[in-house]
Amino acid sequence: MRISEIFETMALGPAPESAAEAQAWLQRHSAGFGHFINGRFTPAQPAFDSTNPATGARLARLSHAGQPEIDAAVAAAGRAQRRWAALGGHGRARYLYALARMVQKHARLFAVLEALDNGKPLRETRDIDIPLVHRHFYHHAGHAQLLEAHFPGQGPLGVCAQIIPWNFPLLMLAWKLAPALAAGNCVVLKPAEQTSLTALLFAQICHEVGLPRGVVNIITGDGETGAALAAHPGVQKVAFTGSTDVGRAIRRATAGQGKALTLELGGKSAYIVCEDADIDSAVEGLVDAIWMNQGQVCCAGARLLVQEGIAETFLARLRARMAKLRLGDPLDKCIDIGAIVSAQQAQRIAQMLATAPEGSVYQPAQPSLPEGGHFVPPTLVCNLPQAHPLMQEEIFGPVLVACSFRTHAEAIELANNTRYGLAATIWSENINLALGLAPQLVAGVVWINCTNMFDAAAPFGGLRDSGFGREGGPEGMAAYLAPVAKGQPAKPVPAFGPRQGATPASAGLPAIDQTQKLYIGGKQARPDSGYSQPVYGAKGQLLGHAPQANRKDLRNAVQAAQAARGWASSSGHARAQVLYYLAENLQSRADALAHALNDMTGRRDGMAEVDTSLERLFTYAAWADKYDGRVANVPLRGLALALRGPVGVIGALCPDDLPLLGLISVLGPALAMGNRAVVVASQPFPLVAGPVYQLLETSDIPPGVANILTGQHAELAPHMARHAGIDAIWGFSNTNLSADIEAASADTLKRTWVNNGRNPDWFGPAGAGRAFLDAATEVKTVWVPYGE
Amino acid sequence: MRPTQTTPHTAASVPPTTATQLPQLGAARNPGTALDMAWVRSAQANTSAIERRVASLPGRRSVKGAYQAAWLARAVSCIDLTTLSGDDTADRVARLCAKARQPVRADILAQLGLPGLQVGAVCVYHEMVAPAVRALAGSGIPVAAVSTGFPAGLSPLPLRIAEIEASVQAGAQEIDIVISRRHVLGGDWGALYQEMRSFRAACGGAHVKAILATGELGSLRNVARASLVCMMAGADFIKTSTGKESVNATLPVSLVMLRAIRDYYQRTGHKVGYKPAGGISKAKDALSYLALVHDELGTGWLHPDLLRFGASSLLGDIEQQLEHHVSGAYSAPWHHPMG
Repeated sequence: MRISEIFETMALGPAPESAAEAQAWLQRHSAGFGHFINGRFTPAQPAFDSTNPATGARLARLSHAGQPEIDAAVAAAGRAQRRWAALGGHGRARYLYALARMVQKHARLFAVLEALDNGKPLRETRDIDIPLVHRHFYHHAGHAQLLEAHFPGQGPLGVCAQIIPWNFPLLMLAWKLAPALAAGNCVVLKPAEQTSLTALLFAQICHEVGLPRGVVNIITGDGETGAALAAHPGVQKVAFTGSTDVGRAIRRATAGQGKALTLELGGKSAYIVCEDADIDSAVEGLVDAIWMNQGQVCCAGARLLVQEGIAETFLARLRARMAKLRLGDPLDKCIDIGAIVSAQQAQRIAQMLATAPEGSVYQPAQPSLPEGGHFVPPTLVCNLPQAHPLMQEEIFGPVLVACSFRTHAEAIELANNTRYGLAATIWSENINLALGLAPQLVAGVVWINCTNMFDAAAPFGGLRDSGFGREGGPEGMAAYLAPVAKGQPAKPVPAFGPRQGATPASAGLPAIDQTQKLYIGGKQARPDSGYSQPVYGAKGQLLGHAPQANRKDLRNAVQAAQAARGWASSSGHARAQVLYYLAENLQSRADALAHALNDMTGRRDGMAEVDTSLERLFTYAAWADKYDGRVANVPLRGLALALRGPVGVIGALCPDDLPLLGLISVLGPALAMGNRAVVVASQPFPLVAGPVYQLLETSDIPPGVANILTGQHAELAPHMARHAGIDAIWGFSNTNLSADIEAASADTLKRTWVNNGRNPDWFGPAGAGRAFLDAATEVKTVWVPYGE
Repeated sequence: MRPTQTTPHTAASVPPTTATQLPQLGAARNPGTALDMAWVRSAQANTSAIERRVASLPGRRSVKGAYQAAWLARAVSCIDLTTLSGDDTADRVARLCAKARQPVRADILAQLGLPGLQVGAVCVYHEMVAPAVRALAGSGIPVAAVSTGFPAGLSPLPLRIAEIEASVQAGAQEIDIVISRRHVLGGDWGALYQEMRSFRAACGGAHVKAILATGELGSLRNVARASLVCMMAGADFIKTSTGKESVNATLPVSLVMLRAIRDYYQRTGHKVGYKPAGGISKAKDALSYLALVHDELGTGWLHPDLLRFGASSLLGDIEQQLEHHVSGAYSAPWHHPMG
């Protein structure tokens, strides 16, 4: 076009970034890529192609890792791990620092290669992805350096299997690798089959910085490779980012294998605009929320909730803004939206959109687009009922669904009316309103007057079907560490049987019968089954009868626990007072309880159990107002608050061997951190429940906050694990139910904390370790930029 | 040394869009509206979000090659070539006016295919209006006068109004007034509205640009509200700064004002122009401002009737960039005749 014409039309023209360097690198590997195992590339055995989503052109030929390659990679990581851990924090920090520097030196090559391979605009890879990658390695070089000081008594897990998605290929690699390596783990990482190229370039960099062989292994392949890697017996930790369905499959496949697991899964995050918001900025925020990376973002603000009074003007302005978004060649520096990653994904989006009724979809008209590419224009869907699949399901494309709300309370209800719980955004100029809404949102990340902000120092992760575990900051480091002390085997404890003549016939009047019941919602309740089990002492004497709880009793207990939600918002000070009071009351019955414990267990450590239980209650009363969140040090004028809140309703199977101390060790941290608990007492010694609920009744614990069941652990565990109303399950039973619990929890993607057949020394400090406080809290990161 | 004075262009040699830069060429002037306080109070501006938007803009809107040359030429056509110094003389102003007629070397313009390119206006103090009008005779380039006790705007109101009338009398076709910042800082929107109304009335047929002095308004929210009030009171243009405040035109301030212009247009149907002034000295900056106007308001606002740059040194940098475009080699200031 002539300059004089452009002068008149003021059109925008092409501004292409050169792909020459990236193409030259690909050309050098035109024979195909092998896997990076034990510090070198294996010979290429091309099995599938990586293509440019914007043109359909083949970029590279990749190998598919089968069992032999996976075995080799896991073995290499296993061999390297001890020396890598022994290198110490400073030594590992040097390597991580070098990796950060190398990524920075090759920043543009990475950015161009990523845009070619993934289809996202160069602007994003250059200005967002790659800068966050080197920030992540820098930040975690620091965590390696400070590891011994920040995490005393903690050590690496071993070999980590890391499976990452195609939407932020190199960034997800950094999120996975950096903390794992900093903590002293070695890694086998599998990038998504659509987007392996930047991982392979990164492997080359690992080689160049002289990273010891086997510390990082990168294998390519599809979901089959990933599944085999996750299930590999040589792996101690699995970290997965991807779809909720695959996350569930991994949870099932790894159940009972003793593997640590973190899952970053899907989302359908709410984007709430209140009527006092800066409307134009909130409209612009949606560009970053749902049209960044073509909407292929797990935490994309995909559900717009706008207050009724401004809905009309908001949607009008939004449509006008959408019409200005430029779609096209990802390497054009003047476009906003690139290509969808694959034909398959583009088809999926189209199929979902096809279900929208006539007239509910707005897409601005598009000028001509590059041929052979998969492009979907920015899309707005309005006026659908909440039940419509487009309103409920993750689309993973540039599709925004909108509805209005009347009151802030209704906004919260709508926002939380989802299986997911990854992120949420609030726009309001009223700090009272915004900070008041943030804690009510069921989401791991809340952005106030901003959206899709990420940083290495700020924890990121979800709730509900969005998975569990956090990445970023010390909370993310914790996901790659475990106590060095491994606890002791939790051997099964059989109940005592009756012995003839062990219960002497009483002379004179019989003792008044005491009926132990279940403790549900602050009331003593008879079991639904109508069955009780006789309980005998060590000498075979009949001590009493314990009710046998079934799934209906469990249901009732969970209902009561859910109703007691006021406990979550009570102050730490108030909860501490209740726990101190409980200790006070326990002390007044110490002697009787110690005797009863000795009768139950046939041991003589009843008083020690009572004393340690008292101390434990003091410990958690002390923690109740001290296990704080923190302000994450992110590069932002504002605050990134890593808040610690209760998990919700925790279901727990108490250890069998120490009926009182075990129960108190579980109940203490749960209640102190503001959770409601449904616990199943020691299976062989269930008569501890009666005295304990009498204490609870006299200690100002609100009804429903602590519920105690007795019965068979193996029978109740799967029901607990599958109950959607229980947010986390802790398995400390001496019956090893870890596999059952983990497998059954897959449906609800519940947080599980199981003992894998080893319990901590309940009398020692490990019985009240930080692990309990971590398990009793969820981290919610609230981003609050500020400044007028 | 190349001659700085060029002969006036004949009408035939001037492309239609640059024949005259009078504001509101194709549309009715903004008559203003009643002061709508509910609207004013509902205006919000979230600083952090606004800063993020403008920070990502240069990465989203890259203009290269022929497009860049055309966009820079467009920026030239929108410049209010300005001198506002105590030592201005008639001869100095005449030299500036010559530069206004021929802002870029004729050989470069010929190669660009834009032979008649002129700036948007020449902007001077009242005493320099008459010399400027003489020097620009026949060019179609309007003279703009800064007025109303510029830059502080704290002289007596009758004198400020009289100053406007005197400048219009002397031939100024555009009047850049300064608002009383204290009305904004005190939240006295009614007083601001009345003041602006009286300035507009005093301008008569001359077009009025309202200088908000955004660097002195305390917050972007105040900028948004002051923009709306001035438009309601009939401003033809809203302008960021006098160039004399410690902070002058910025992209965040511009975004707020452009959004206010868009809001006003959507609600009333009246197009109001925008003039960032002060601190825009590089071609690259000008491209960012053009891109912002392009994205927020559309190409309809990328013409001198609705967009001006208040700048004195910007032109020099654009000249060098345009020479680079036609020659392929980097330029130097002394390749271009000064104004």
